[in-house]
Amino acid sequence: MSSETTTKIPEAATVPPPGAATPKRRVPHGHQRLLTRRDRITLGFMAGVPTILHVALVWVTALASIALAFTTWDGIGFDSIQWVGLQNFKELFEQNPQFWPALEHNVIWFVVLIAIPTPLGLFLAVQLDKKIRFSRVYQTAFFLPVVLSMAVIGFVWQLVYNPDTGLINSVIGANEPGKYIDWIGDPDLNLWAILIAASWRHTGYMMILYLAGLKGVDPSLREASALDGANEWQTFKNVIFPTLRPTNTVVLVVTIIEALRAFDLVFVFNKGAEGTELLSILVTNNIIGESSRIGYGSAIAVVLLLISLVVIIPYLVATFRKERRA
Amino acid sequence: MSTTVMTKVRTPVRPARVLLHLFLAGAALAWLAPLLWALYSAMRPYAETSEKGYVSWPDKLSFDNFTNAYQQSDMSHYFVNTMIIAVPAVLVTLFLSSMVAFYVSRFDFRLNLALLLIFTAGNLLPQQVIITPLYRMYLLIDLPGITMSGKLYDSALGLVLIHVAFQSGFCAFVLANYMRSLPHELTEAALVDGASVWRMYWQIVLPLCKPAMAALATLLSIWIYNDFFWALVLISTGENMPITSALNNLSGAYFTDPNLVAAGALLTAIPTLIVYFVLQRQFVSGLTLGANKG
Repeated sequence: MSSETTTKIPEAATVPPPGAATPKRRVPHGHQRLLTRRDRITLGFMAGVPTILHVALVWVTALASIALAFTTWDGIGFDSIQWVGLQNFKELFEQNPQFWPALEHNVIWFVVLIAIPTPLGLFLAVQLDKKIRFSRVYQTAFFLPVVLSMAVIGFVWQLVYNPDTGLINSVIGANEPGKYIDWIGDPDLNLWAILIAASWRHTGYMMILYLAGLKGVDPSLREASALDGANEWQTFKNVIFPTLRPTNTVVLVVTIIEALRAFDLVFVFNKGAEGTELLSILVTNNIIGESSRIGYGSAIAVVLLLISLVVIIPYLVATFRKERRA
Repeated sequence: MSTTVMTKVRTPVRPARVLLHLFLAGAALAWLAPLLWALYSAMRPYAETSEKGYVSWPDKLSFDNFTNAYQQSDMSHYFVNTMIIAVPAVLVTLFLSSMVAFYVSRFDFRLNLALLLIFTAGNLLPQQVIITPLYRMYLLIDLPGITMSGKLYDSALGLVLIHVAFQSGFCAFVLANYMRSLPHELTEAALVDGASVWRMYWQIVLPLCKPAMAALATLLSIWIYNDFFWALVLISTGENMPITSALNNLSGAYFTDPNLVAAGALLTAIPTLIVYFVLQRQFVSGLTLGANKG
């Protein structure tokens, strides 16, 4: 997979500009001749200041993560940085009992989000797109969790899952000693309990994205399909869904990124204890935990980065190509 | 507009429609259930729930837990912390990203595609990819006299900077697309008339971007208000935390029973809920503005 991405990087940088320059060539030249020196300086600042800030805090640190992953460092003086090659990775893959479970949980997180709340969000969007009454009221209800912070969602769902006082155990009578179902502590249960809360939020998010996509579908397509005698499901499957392709791409990317970023909810729930380890949790625990190891933490971050790039690069290549054509 | 169309086309009552409404109303209620449950728990005295259990009819409903949670934990202090971070962060993000977007969309300098690519890709990275070096960087940068801690670490300034740097990726992408859709003749005419680049940006392009800016401002306010991670790692003093991250500490120290926890959590959600209900259209259009172009 990584070889695929490396071959795509140069394409992204080299292909679009020449293609774009030809049709528009006249305009920029006209522009540039009219610009005074002061204008050029102004433009330099306008583009330069934001770029320097963004690059310094996001890209320099991302590259530093990669570099530090091959070193050990106590964080005090730069001269204490020592090159150790692949040792951090070796230790991570072979000795860290949390690494493979964390990776697996990130994958499960994505699979669950794409398999349950995403189709559900699409289904709700299709229903709410039918020009029915109270559509806005329903939308508001489904979308409400997206506005809440993950921390608040974590606290709200703890009230549902708490073994002693929570809603579920109280209703099914499992809140007495001996009958406890520990939704938050039991490593076989807690990931699924948290994923229900995550899905609760994700459904509304997907619904809104699909509603926007559906608004862009040409109504005459639907009419034509109805005239041809297709029923609702056939129309959706053969006519509507294929035209939602751009939305589907966004949904896929958003869902993968969400699965990789998942952190707050788990941290609030149980700090990523056994059963709910995630790559993001391992990185963070390495910083705020007692024994912070910079190189080792960076190695975990590099794994996270590589997975993200496999998604980000093809997506951006596709997006920017389309934009250039437009 | 759509409501007038709706009333005209309103279809006669059909069984399928009734079923659909039943389903949607049921699902919507189920969706609100966790929040309603939190509200119900928060409105009951702890003594009552510990005696009768949480699933029981209430004897007394009140907002006492809310006032207690608010006062005991000194919540107004944390709300102020959030404002100190969120207001500058939103304004500076919009200002900087609109400048980049203006540059990228109005001037074809070859560089602009690469520039936009850097911003967009940066915004898609998981925060944890950059946090280890960022944390070290914040510890190493000394700012004596500028921040309370004397460093970028544990300061509001540090949080504002990372919010601006991170969120400007998304905003630059959205605004650049928006500005591209404005007619090129606008700025060209101004250029021929001898207007400076700054005037073109400030007096011509920016006023036309009001809808997109409003949408992004709403979205950014909620995102930055809701941020948990940056403050958790980059702020060490509990006192300096914004409200969302402080919630985690407060729940151990002040919110001693589940009813108070519920009240505290709901209190922090109130500002986002107000913004959402008042500016729902802005929020949703901001979210789909970015997505639709993909």
